[in-house]
Amino acid sequence: MSDTAQAPLVQVRGLKMHFPIHAGLFRRHVGDIKAVDDISLDIFESETLGLVGESGCGKSTAGRAIISLYTITDGSVEIDGVDLAQLDSNSLRAMRPKMQMIFQDPQASLNPRMSVASIIAEPLVEHMSLSSSERLARVYELMDAVGLNRAFAERFPHEFSGGQRQRIGIARALALNPKFIVCDEPIAALDVSIQAQVVNLLEDLQKQFGLTYLFISHDLSMVRHIADRVAVMYLGKIVELAPRDTLYSQPLHPYTQALLSAVPEPDPVSEKDRRHIILKGDVPSPANTPTGCNFCTRCPIAEDICRQIDPEFREITPGQFVACHFVGETTKSTGENTTGTIAQH
Amino acid sequence: MLNYTIRRLLLAIPTLIAISLIIFLLLDLAPSDPTANLPLTIPPEVREKIRQSLGIGDPIYIRYLLWCKQFFVNEPLNILEQVFGWDFGGDRLRVLSWQTRSPVVDLIVQRMPQTLWVVGMSYIVGVLIAVPIGIYSAYKQYSWFDQAGTFVSMVGFSVPTFFTGVLMIVIFSVWLGWFPSIYDTTHVVTDWQSFVFQVRQMAMPVFVLALFNAAQISRFMRASMLDNLNLDYVRTARAKGMKERTVLLVHVLRNSLIPVVTVIALGVPQVFGGAIITEQVFKVNGLGQLLIIAIQGGDLPTVQTLTFIFAVLIILFNLIADVLYGILDPRIRYD
Repeated sequence: MSDTAQAPLVQVRGLKMHFPIHAGLFRRHVGDIKAVDDISLDIFESETLGLVGESGCGKSTAGRAIISLYTITDGSVEIDGVDLAQLDSNSLRAMRPKMQMIFQDPQASLNPRMSVASIIAEPLVEHMSLSSSERLARVYELMDAVGLNRAFAERFPHEFSGGQRQRIGIARALALNPKFIVCDEPIAALDVSIQAQVVNLLEDLQKQFGLTYLFISHDLSMVRHIADRVAVMYLGKIVELAPRDTLYSQPLHPYTQALLSAVPEPDPVSEKDRRHIILKGDVPSPANTPTGCNFCTRCPIAEDICRQIDPEFREITPGQFVACHFVGETTKSTGENTTGTIAQH
Repeated sequence: MLNYTIRRLLLAIPTLIAISLIIFLLLDLAPSDPTANLPLTIPPEVREKIRQSLGIGDPIYIRYLLWCKQFFVNEPLNILEQVFGWDFGGDRLRVLSWQTRSPVVDLIVQRMPQTLWVVGMSYIVGVLIAVPIGIYSAYKQYSWFDQAGTFVSMVGFSVPTFFTGVLMIVIFSVWLGWFPSIYDTTHVVTDWQSFVFQVRQMAMPVFVLALFNAAQISRFMRASMLDNLNLDYVRTARAKGMKERTVLLVHVLRNSLIPVVTVIALGVPQVFGGAIITEQVFKVNGLGQLLIIAIQGGDLPTVQTLTFIFAVLIILFNLIADVLYGILDPRIRYD
């Protein structure tokens, strides 16, 4: 759980990541894809912040932008008190050991021509001065930590299974003792049977090394399992950010409510009675977002104000932030008892 | 890998036998006459005697088997004798050129150095130009450098060498007088002065061919780099905090070179084949020129032998490309 007294390890303020669109004969700049549009969040030391949302909502872009894998359009990201947006490329490289990323596709994110040992050792060569035997010892140590057989050190990524490859990716991310790791859908490409193993490994490593995670996923139950706090994204913006239990029991934003109502219930009896909030229409293009609230085109409770004014991202109850006009003042129900059903289990 | 290579080499034997037969039959079907270039005053019966003396009167299978024996047995033995000083004894009949009555292999040995120097050098220069251009164009995609590079490679690829060659001669030999327009084969490099002359006379043909080669290879290099630049492992390398140089030259380049190296290897036989047109334009009497003269003169043994040697080289470099692929890409296993 977050402790508001301590300073956050990661402080994101007004982060925007826009990708320019060039079109026409002279490739003029005709617009922007607003993949991430003004998000602010804090991540505290040793916590796991879950970041959920549907495909294309900007989760992965947000994760990459936070650790400066992109040059951000606007805003600031402070990690451990250093504003990454202000750094030149060399000082940014020096910051890399503190922040690492575990990628979604464990096959594509490993260089096919490098052996496991050289993949894990490469950041050590770059950022630490170790003798080759010390380096090998560290590689073995990391392979032990993620549960890979030491005998596989000289093999190439294609010789491993998906779960093993993700372990290589995790070992590589851990090599420099990072404080903060962005896990970008680390289990999405894995079999269900392997997902639990990898998530448990991530939890064990968090305890062992005191890691801080930003856990990006579209799997709501997995996020519920691993996260301390959860942020919900829709079309480049965070619509709700709350401690895990609050978010799953009392979702305030209509989008969060709809999202949670889509999670199937294992008990067939209660599943039969549950009402799902079915959202109409498609997600608008991030290149052409609606005026006012981004969610107004699909929101079941939208009114005129939603189509004119972008709702402020406010703290409703301590620790629970929501961006909706109707939350807090006049509590407007969606008219369905989803909230109650979810609170039951 | 070794098993694979040996298996491929064994498979090459029937392939080459088939190729030699096809070449032989095709050329035999051609209505060329080795005596056609002789003066018209020679009476027909004398012409017929000349033809008989060249062996044209024999049935085709006799001529084919004879050529096979000469090429596969007699010539290798001859080479062994010359290289190691052994003596196998006996009087072996060699493949003789109908035009010059000298052994074809000797002609090839005479012509080889010019071709290798000019065409080979142009290939090396072309690769050396193409690889950095391809890398930088891809890295700065759509920049002015990339646009210019793409344009130049399009021009280099689409403008034939007989045009660029003549254009170069007009500009650099006629107007500016920097380089000689004719390649002097008899020139021997003995000191600095003669070396400079050799460089000057090579400059234009090498440049013309290098432009052509570089155009192709730089496009391959650029495309291959672009394929790799957007892959996830490149992002991983950046996330590791590697220098941009390392990301580009170690991670991306090594992976992009895999297809490019095979393309380069497959292009090597063309070097030996000579650049027929460019050699004509600059009067470099290399293998390409030998081939064209032999075709004009109806000199079948020379054409057959040269074509067959090209076929051998193509098969050999195909194999080399495949083996290189296996060495460079750990995902490929042949065994």
